[in-house]
Amino acid sequence: MIGRSVDRLEDDDLLRANTRFVGSLAFEDMLHMHVVRSPYAHARLKTVIVDKAAMAPGVIAVWVGNDIRDLSPIGFRRVPDRDLLQYRQRLMALEELRYVGEPVAIVLATDPYLAEDAGRLVAIDAEILPPVLDCEPRPDSRSEPLLRGRNEIARIEKGYGDIEAAFAAADHKISISCQIARQTAVPLETRGAIAVPHAHAAGFDLYGAAKVPHANRQELAKILSLDIDSVVLREGHAGGGFGVRGELYPEDVLVAFAALRLGRPVKWIEDRSEHFLAINHSRDQMIHLDAAVSEGGVIAGLHARLATDQGAYLRTHEIKVSDLSCAFLPGPYRIPAYRATATVHLTNKTPCGTYRAPGRFEATFAMERMIDAIAAALALDPVEVRRRNLISAAEMPFERKIEATGKRVVYDSGDYRQTLETAIEAFDLPELRRAAEERRREGECVGIGVAMFVEKTDTALHETVRLELASDGKIEIVTGTSSLGQGMETALTQIAADGLGLPMDAFRLVRGQTDRIAQSGGTFASRTTLMAGSAIHEASRIFRQKLIEVSAALYGVTTGEVTVHGEGCCIDGRSLNLLQLRAALDTAAPDTQLVAEADFSSGAMACPYGVHIAQVKVDPDDLSVMVEKYHIAYEIGRAVNPDLVRAQLLGGAVQGIGGALMEEISFSADGQPLTISFAHYVTPRTVDVPAFDILVLEDWPSPTNPLGLKGAGEGGINAAGAAVAAAVEDAFGATIAPRRLPITPKSLFDLLARTDSAHTRASWPARQGSATEWDSHFRNAADDTSSFCRGINPAR
Amino acid sequence: MEDTELHTVSFKLNGHVQVLQVAPRRSLTHVLDQECGMKSARVGCGQGDCGSCTVSVDGVPIRGCLLFAVQADGADIRTAEALADPAMLAAIRKAFKKHRAIQCGYCTPGFMILAEYILRNALPLDQAVQTLSANLCRCTGYSPIVSAVTELLALRAENGCGP
Repeated sequence: MIGRSVDRLEDDDLLRANTRFVGSLAFEDMLHMHVVRSPYAHARLKTVIVDKAAMAPGVIAVWVGNDIRDLSPIGFRRVPDRDLLQYRQRLMALEELRYVGEPVAIVLATDPYLAEDAGRLVAIDAEILPPVLDCEPRPDSRSEPLLRGRNEIARIEKGYGDIEAAFAAADHKISISCQIARQTAVPLETRGAIAVPHAHAAGFDLYGAAKVPHANRQELAKILSLDIDSVVLREGHAGGGFGVRGELYPEDVLVAFAALRLGRPVKWIEDRSEHFLAINHSRDQMIHLDAAVSEGGVIAGLHARLATDQGAYLRTHEIKVSDLSCAFLPGPYRIPAYRATATVHLTNKTPCGTYRAPGRFEATFAMERMIDAIAAALALDPVEVRRRNLISAAEMPFERKIEATGKRVVYDSGDYRQTLETAIEAFDLPELRRAAEERRREGECVGIGVAMFVEKTDTALHETVRLELASDGKIEIVTGTSSLGQGMETALTQIAADGLGLPMDAFRLVRGQTDRIAQSGGTFASRTTLMAGSAIHEASRIFRQKLIEVSAALYGVTTGEVTVHGEGCCIDGRSLNLLQLRAALDTAAPDTQLVAEADFSSGAMACPYGVHIAQVKVDPDDLSVMVEKYHIAYEIGRAVNPDLVRAQLLGGAVQGIGGALMEEISFSADGQPLTISFAHYVTPRTVDVPAFDILVLEDWPSPTNPLGLKGAGEGGINAAGAAVAAAVEDAFGATIAPRRLPITPKSLFDLLARTDSAHTRASWPARQGSATEWDSHFRNAADDTSSFCRGINPAR
Repeated sequence: MEDTELHTVSFKLNGHVQVLQVAPRRSLTHVLDQECGMKSARVGCGQGDCGSCTVSVDGVPIRGCLLFAVQADGADIRTAEALADPAMLAAIRKAFKKHRAIQCGYCTPGFMILAEYILRNALPLDQAVQTLSANLCRCTGYSPIVSAVTELLALRAENGCGP
């Protein structure tokens, strides 16, 4: 079954609306929660006046931050530095309001409309303070208690090799500054949660769970001082995840708190404007790169300086995204010496977290823009510069000599050069370029961009699964990983069917129910198929053996006389399906459980990788960019279901095209969000989608797991910003170099307007400039939306 | 905010007459979901931008979240659970499944309503693509949805069933 593009098991229910999205769930006696949020980006909170709201029709309770002072903030899933714990977000604001949308009060009412009505009667008395809205150091800021005199709260340093020597010996020093705007995932279903208190004991079931139910169970139990087994998370359907959905947010804890306090089910459904204010934002990085480069375009050293606008607090992912950017910035390139410094800054904006290919979408954009800058500066073919810098197959597994979130970065397998050449040939890059050039000669503005990337499939946590023969004769595959639309039920069932040699309809997958399995790492970083799939592979081996042993004992034959076969097993020539076997067991040995549990862990991450080639056309009148064709070659090791891999790549790439050309969350000068609906936050629609050509390669199975798997979820989005920007650059005959995403018509207009004077602009400060000097240049670059700041300093 | 007075609303839902008492500010989507048990009635944005709430009202796809239920009095409403032509519904389901036009499935009912409208009116492909751009999907990258609808239009042309 592995390797076959079978139909998705999920689809029939979804097509018939036989679904369990949290919005459509209801419980008897259920109350509805409305969250009153800060209207100010930054203010000293004096009092919250709730009397009128508490008297409003249908209102059962109104609570403010002071009422839940004793509840601790939501913690980090890892603690990189205890010093960072002080920046966690409280469940509701206490003394200070730090972003528009921060929870200030909750209203519990018998009806969601009445709860919202009453919310409008809550009065917030606050002294407005000036907001901090960028990564600048601000020694005089009035927000000093939060920001310790400056808004930089953390600094990450990574590196290897002798960077000074690399620059001292280099023929050229090439510098670029890149910026990726604040963006977020916007799944089509907003968040939602229903907490249903247990009847006779302290505890509750929480519906609407996704992504990491086990981790969230643990944190909920800790915050609410409950026994972990009395907190049960229940995942139904989730309308998209992409990293943002399923993290533990204040609202999840607040519904549970309210349900426990009131002894009634409590439901909260986020509206879309709230979603834009409250769910994790992401990206929002500035990346400055200096490269020491030989005459032939080989990078001897790379110095990266990053600044991340993290928003008002650190949430579950603390400063992880910046860490990942530093770790994966070198991408598929050898780069003998590397140094990265990332600073993380708190601002009066919505807090940030992870969004599909976190840190990598940003890092790949900067790195690939650098490769193109080297090619432009040295008059080389951008593909040739890539060839000269790629890690070779002989160097695999490649030890990067740095860590990503505490784990060694080792590229497990692959031949980057081979994949590049395969892509060039399969997509006929020379012909794509020739045709684009011809159209440019005819006056069109058409270009081709190439980008490469290395992804990672996370293996940081272990993963337990259980196979169990249920009373209806189905084998239940019990996993704590989560379905976010990616088709994991299908892929994991394929692996089980393959392992046991039984048809897929012999199985039923149970997911995201914390009372059904003791442990799970959850679904993120493309890990589910690899981690849960590897565990299922092992569990099915054990289950098969047990099935044979139990059947043999039941019928008094030797195990050699039993084979797993057809829809169950064949015992001494007699076929028995699983339902018959279950019935026979129930009669003869009712206590016999046919269960197999397995746990998979891997010390090493798997690293899928690939090539994106974009073809764009720019409208000369309105400067809108249309992606005409998009090509992806992706090395996945082994594809469990190739169609589902293609679906992930395609969907991810379109999301990435949105990130490259459209999506930006912006704020007014006083910190008011200007992006609070899909009308403001423009995402791709049908008319924006290019023709796709996707090549799923299985040339390099991963040695990190028994099936050779690598993840599928993030390879579609990873290099999309880089490929599209390169194509836009090519469309203008390399007269401009877009280095800020998204590339909007306005940003292109500004870039083109500056082209004439660009070469006379001040170049970047000499290497090893002081932090202050660099900060001021970075600031200037950040103000300059064109980001047209390339300077080429011959190092000698 | 004082609108607790209930109004009697009557409409046809998937061929069956419904008579309901609703407050005037309830959206059609909320009423279809919470009062009528239609799980395909979903709010994606509540602002008319995303189309997850699309239902067919008197044969035209509309945003259920922007219509008050009281405005639907007397209307003929169809949801993705039961399109007017069962054969067409089956064909749409089959094509969506075949072309991987579904991932999380949240937007799927809205796109099914659009597909039914496109097929019923035999829209040319460019208009079909424009029509599909009314709704947002964040998972599939749209081209599988467009492929499904393209195939359905071709099948329809082959079978020669015109409006």
